[in-house]
Amino acid sequence: MTTTVPDEAAERHTSPGTADGPRRRPGRIRRIGLPYLLLLPALLLELLVHLVPMVIGIVMSFKTLTQFYLRDWTTAPWSAFDNYRTAVDFNAPVGEALLKSFTVTLTFTLLSVGLCWLIGTTAALYMQENFRGRGVLRALFLVPYALPVYTAVITWVFMFQRDNGLVNKVLYDQLGLTDKPLFWLIGDNSFYALLTVSVWKGWPFAFLIVMAGLQNIPRELYEAAALDGAGMLQQVRRITLPSLRPVNQVLVLVLFLWTFNDFNTPYVLFGKSAPEAANLISIHIYQASFVTWNFGTGSAMSVLLLLFLLVVTGGYLWFTSRGRRTADV
Amino acid sequence: MSSSPMAPPRSFRWSRRIFLTLLTGFVLLPVYVMVSSSLKPLADVTGRFRWLPSELTIRPYIDIWSTVPLARYFVNSLVVAGAATVFSVVIAVFAAYAVSRYEFRGKRVFTVTVLSTQMFPGILFLLPLFLIYVNIGNATGIALFGSRGGLILTYLTFSLPFSIWMLIGYFDSVPRDLDEAATVDGCGPLGALFRVVVPAAVPGIVAVAVYAFMTAWGEVLFASVMTNDTTRTLAVGLQGYSTLNDVYWNQIMAASLVVSLPVVAGFLLLQRYLVAGLTAGAVK
Repeated sequence: MTTTVPDEAAERHTSPGTADGPRRRPGRIRRIGLPYLLLLPALLLELLVHLVPMVIGIVMSFKTLTQFYLRDWTTAPWSAFDNYRTAVDFNAPVGEALLKSFTVTLTFTLLSVGLCWLIGTTAALYMQENFRGRGVLRALFLVPYALPVYTAVITWVFMFQRDNGLVNKVLYDQLGLTDKPLFWLIGDNSFYALLTVSVWKGWPFAFLIVMAGLQNIPRELYEAAALDGAGMLQQVRRITLPSLRPVNQVLVLVLFLWTFNDFNTPYVLFGKSAPEAANLISIHIYQASFVTWNFGTGSAMSVLLLLFLLVVTGGYLWFTSRGRRTADV
Repeated sequence: MSSSPMAPPRSFRWSRRIFLTLLTGFVLLPVYVMVSSSLKPLADVTGRFRWLPSELTIRPYIDIWSTVPLARYFVNSLVVAGAATVFSVVIAVFAAYAVSRYEFRGKRVFTVTVLSTQMFPGILFLLPLFLIYVNIGNATGIALFGSRGGLILTYLTFSLPFSIWMLIGYFDSVPRDLDEAATVDGCGPLGALFRVVVPAAVPGIVAVAVYAFMTAWGEVLFASVMTNDTTRTLAVGLQGYSTLNDVYWNQIMAASLVVSLPVVAGFLLLQRYLVAGLTAGAVK
């Protein structure tokens, strides 16, 4: 429709060349309807798979929904805020477990995002200049990102085996750093196992995005700084990092959401029941729902999780956009 | 060695060498384990870990097909990921064209809503979707739950938001003069889309297709809940090697490698397009 304005202006002035333009233009109704028609399939699917289920999820969280009502969930009795009360009653077992899982997830996510960002940015900075083998390395570094999650994680499961895994072979047999072979997939060590796999899988994305961001920084900035006598570290601090700010703003948020919501990694790493030290929130809710078949409480937990993510995202965008006068967020 | 006007200092080159070597080791370690273990006899993977196979064997690559019905899982994954990709790309092309070329009411609401579905935890709509599919099945007899169709439908929406977002960027970079010229030449808006905009945005469409395929190929959560014995995909099927008394690690590694190859090969081949597409949005 943006194009109609100049067209109409042209018509009124009857400039030559556009004289027979209007007749070819499709009818006004079609013109207005067409974008909606084009959006319709995407809209319907998003409604069916994301938005309607979300609304139903919110409704379900107010019901006592156990396996007996699965055939027709609408008949399940209303329970007002019971599910929420159960979920956030931190003195009772359910609430306590949820709080614990939330704490674990938050700690894990912050560490993982921090490390992914740090490794990705360092690698991108080191690879900003061309050197021999740079292209090959770049392709290699993308392998963890390209591998299907489950094949990569299953390989890590093998490496973390106590008796026949690579990790204990190196740490215990070869380096003697531990006094006995450790369990990595149960107990407290599972947190580090999960963190390792998550960073291994996640840093290439940070690397990719930062690499692309670096290419957009004008070379002249560096040359000017070099003339002024700024060393490499100063250039990174004064030019590179500030120029990357908008890129980092999106990158960190995306990494945070992906890591916080990650289900695949812990699920393949630990199976249906994750050890307490690595019990991420999505696994926890999955278990609370499908193991006990109590969908009401599971939904209440999901809604709380969504609210938390909304608040964090909103707060983060508000906080990081202050002082930035761009409207593209 | 360096193309820059000033050669970087020695200390920089050394720290770079050390850092990148360590990082390469970290990245390649699992890949090495996967490849080497897939060529080991069973005894090598049940005892203490060995860096090198005691003897090289391709036996695991033969056995993987009979230990679990891997071929069937493979076909299921191919059908599901393939169909999800095709539908997702076509639908994303239409939606992105509308957003890129038209001004209409609700445009901003649409893009924001679609993008924000990316931040929802999958677990949030897993339960309701499970119920919706079961209820649709009970009411109409259309089996969505447990069928490939249900999985295709679900997966295609997973890649849709990001695909639309990437394609909007690509379409925006195709000059409007081109499709306006096509319209003047007698093409309708759809003619302009398919004859001008789509051909000009092929790299973007390839990127979106690779992304959609990878998303569907690697998904575990919905696959584990929404499939049964006949529709099981690789994501769930690979765990079949580890539920038995003996864990056939050499076969698991062989199967993982076979399953990864198509995706990794495709990704590395089309890397340039995908990287450009993935990063276009974030960098803009």
